[in-house]
Amino acid sequence: MIYDVAIVGAGVTGAMIARELGLCDLSVCVVEAEADVASGASRANSGIVHAGFDAAPGSMKARMNKRGNEMMHKVTRELGVPFEECGSLVVAFGPEEEKQLDILADRGMANGVPVKRMSGDEARRMEPVLSRDITAALWAPTGGIVDPFSLTIGAMENAMSNGVTLYLNSRVTAITRTDGIWELFAGDNRIRAHWLINAAGVYADDISRMAGGESFNIRARRGQYVLFDKSMPVRTKSVIFGVPSDRGKGVLFSPTAHVNMIAGPTAEFVDKEDHDTTREGLQEALAGVQRYAPAVDARYAITVFAGLRAMPESHDFIIERSKSAPGLVNVAGIESPGLTSSPAIAEYVKELLEEAGVRLDPKPGASRIRRPIERFSEATPERQRELIAMDRRYANVICRCEQITEAEIVESIHRPCGAKTVDGVRLRIRAGAGRCHGGFCMPRVMAILARELGRDIDEITKSGAGSWILDGRIKEGTR
Amino acid sequence: MKADVVVVGAGPAGLAAAIAAKENGADSVVVIDREERPGGILRQCIHNGFGLHVFGEELTGPEYAARFIDKANALGVRFLTETMVLNISPDRVVTAVGPETGLIAIEAGAMVLAMGCRERSAGALMIPGSRPSGVLTAGTAQRFVNIEGYMPGREAVILGSGDIGLIMARRMTLEGAHVKMVLELMPYSGGLKRNIVQCLDDFNIPLKLSHTVTRLHGRKRLTGVTVAAVDESGVPIKETEEYVPCDTLLLSVGLIPENELSREAGVEIDPTTNGPVVDSHLQTSAPGIFACGNVVQVHDLVDFVTEEATRAGRAAAQFLREKSACGGWKTAAGRGVRYVVPQTLCDDGEDKTLFFRVSGVYRDCATVARCGDKVVARKKRPICAPGEMERLTIKGADICGDITVTVEGV
Repeated sequence: MIYDVAIVGAGVTGAMIARELGLCDLSVCVVEAEADVASGASRANSGIVHAGFDAAPGSMKARMNKRGNEMMHKVTRELGVPFEECGSLVVAFGPEEEKQLDILADRGMANGVPVKRMSGDEARRMEPVLSRDITAALWAPTGGIVDPFSLTIGAMENAMSNGVTLYLNSRVTAITRTDGIWELFAGDNRIRAHWLINAAGVYADDISRMAGGESFNIRARRGQYVLFDKSMPVRTKSVIFGVPSDRGKGVLFSPTAHVNMIAGPTAEFVDKEDHDTTREGLQEALAGVQRYAPAVDARYAITVFAGLRAMPESHDFIIERSKSAPGLVNVAGIESPGLTSSPAIAEYVKELLEEAGVRLDPKPGASRIRRPIERFSEATPERQRELIAMDRRYANVICRCEQITEAEIVESIHRPCGAKTVDGVRLRIRAGAGRCHGGFCMPRVMAILARELGRDIDEITKSGAGSWILDGRIKEGTR
Repeated sequence: MKADVVVVGAGPAGLAAAIAAKENGADSVVVIDREERPGGILRQCIHNGFGLHVFGEELTGPEYAARFIDKANALGVRFLTETMVLNISPDRVVTAVGPETGLIAIEAGAMVLAMGCRERSAGALMIPGSRPSGVLTAGTAQRFVNIEGYMPGREAVILGSGDIGLIMARRMTLEGAHVKMVLELMPYSGGLKRNIVQCLDDFNIPLKLSHTVTRLHGRKRLTGVTVAAVDESGVPIKETEEYVPCDTLLLSVGLIPENELSREAGVEIDPTTNGPVVDSHLQTSAPGIFACGNVVQVHDLVDFVTEEATRAGRAAAQFLREKSACGGWKTAAGRGVRYVVPQTLCDDGEDKTLFFRVSGVYRDCATVARCGDKVVARKKRPICAPGEMERLTIKGADICGDITVTVEGV
């Protein structure tokens, strides 16, 4: 078959575009190199919904950020994704940094984003854990937090419910165009389509070149993070930033959508395959948040990770129809605030296609609504009894830290865009994301995955090919 | 549903507590456990060495557990397995859920917390590098090998010299894996001497003290680790870094008592032990809620867990007849001592045994308990180390006030 649209990349940008186009009467597929969606920057980021005061006025970033922020309420409600408009504070230490706050406040005005200057004491009244040395702050009430995995998975699931096809483990290695038809050589698949949308994250420059599109360079800027246990007493309600520098928005200290606290990101240019954390980077992230909130204690750390932002040379998002390759739309350089912008980017890509003459009639029967997986631990006792009466597997708690039941794990596997790996289960329903980090539940999650997918337990991987967990039976030698 | 005594956890602590409660007059005793069978972590500890103190013979973990399970069954203790406790209220209403029972609430006359502990995970160590598969706790590896019957890898490095790590070094070797080394951040091992001899020395597995892993390598599966010596303050020395190829890193870097339920029940937690503050009858700060075993303090030997849990079970049964909280005196960790359990002593005239760990390796020393200026117990120790729990017994008549425990030169 020939798809109307093929989207390369199943990060939050690709997933949001897939969702938007899936609502139209088009045949759409998404082509992803890794074993699951949200495997790049969408997996490892701050989970912040930026208010939008710091992008250069008039830039694509400023426009997408503001619109994305406005759309986030509706989108997260439709997709059943955790989102909280908790506000954000940029904190300043002394007169030099306060000048930066003034610049940000002016930009906020220019971008149409509400912001308010406040004194250090006012900031500390809002967030008592903040340092005594903070002299002033900028409050942005429309800043927020969202669960980035749920947003990506929710969008893709919604898209797939509306008929979008997802190809996983399908890295695009070559692209040809014959008689106006794209052909993608993607893993074991050859995929043909009329339109090609390049949402390939740090590899968007390669994809554009393969398709004969514009030549631009995307560099990978790594951000390292420390995630803290829910029990850490030093908490804030809102997102805390320092004043920005030429290295970006700097290290932040924030609650996550799952009530952990997070510290990071650092910012260093690295190779596109380098997802490693470093001792120096983790220290920088910790020291950074300890500057805002001196009582932050590293002993509450439950995990560390790093993600790669796709940095365009132009410092602005590249979202345009290719001039040199008709039928190609580049959606590249989607660094921060890409997560916030993603619904707006999808809306804009749809407009670009419409301008190009693509017919975008609504698809009969398509729905914008995705029902989230119902959480046993969050249900009332009455509802818990109903769930158990419906399905006995709700009474079998598998992940003790996050209280996730067998029924929820099974559902996460069998949904459209379902989990196929241990990480996949964790990202979808947080089994193994708590304080023991899977120590107790990993063997049981693996057994459920094996049973539901009809595989042997030693075929179950952490995150796809190569990430094997078990090496055959004991007594039988290596496989 | 009602029960005289509800025990949370059917590991060695819960089993011994349930038996003691029954033997001391509790009518209905219910033990709740999330696994499909009672026994707790002993089920996967198929090596021997259990029971020397309690039975005077060497048993495997499952054998040791079986003796208690059989006895509990004979006494009419009721087991609710595959059942997860979701909540304990301060007035001892237990909410639990399981496929057999559904969602249930049990009103308990008295309770014993025996949830044990969990292992510190890789994330908590903040090891830099990649996040591949092949990095797991020694206990998870033990479950894979001994319960599921699968190998977690073939070329292993073990970080941390806790007892489970040492046991798994031997176990993996016996199953044909190559255990290249065991690394310990501290200048001394966290495990028992006998385990170092029997699990490492006998198999020529090197134990590198004052060493750690400074980097994980491998995008998908672990391909190797960078290993380095550390200075006195535990900071890696860059020049000593060495790459060690391996596909598996097992972690045995500390155990953390599982007290999330205790906290929700309003039980006061000791920040040093991470376990409930208990009195000499193992009663927590919540009246009628007792605690024992690794949920209180991480023990070296299961025999000692049994001993402590027996006292807790007896006290829980006693509480049904006579609801008394004991005020009494406090204990404190002095110089060279990290913590003391119990944290308070009942003023009941009975002899008291204090359990504690020292904070470093000391040679030719004495452990001393003082009541004011008066020495009430003293024991000469040729060597004491954090890896081995210490104890001192004080005569009831000698206790005249708060007690401080110290390590002193002889």
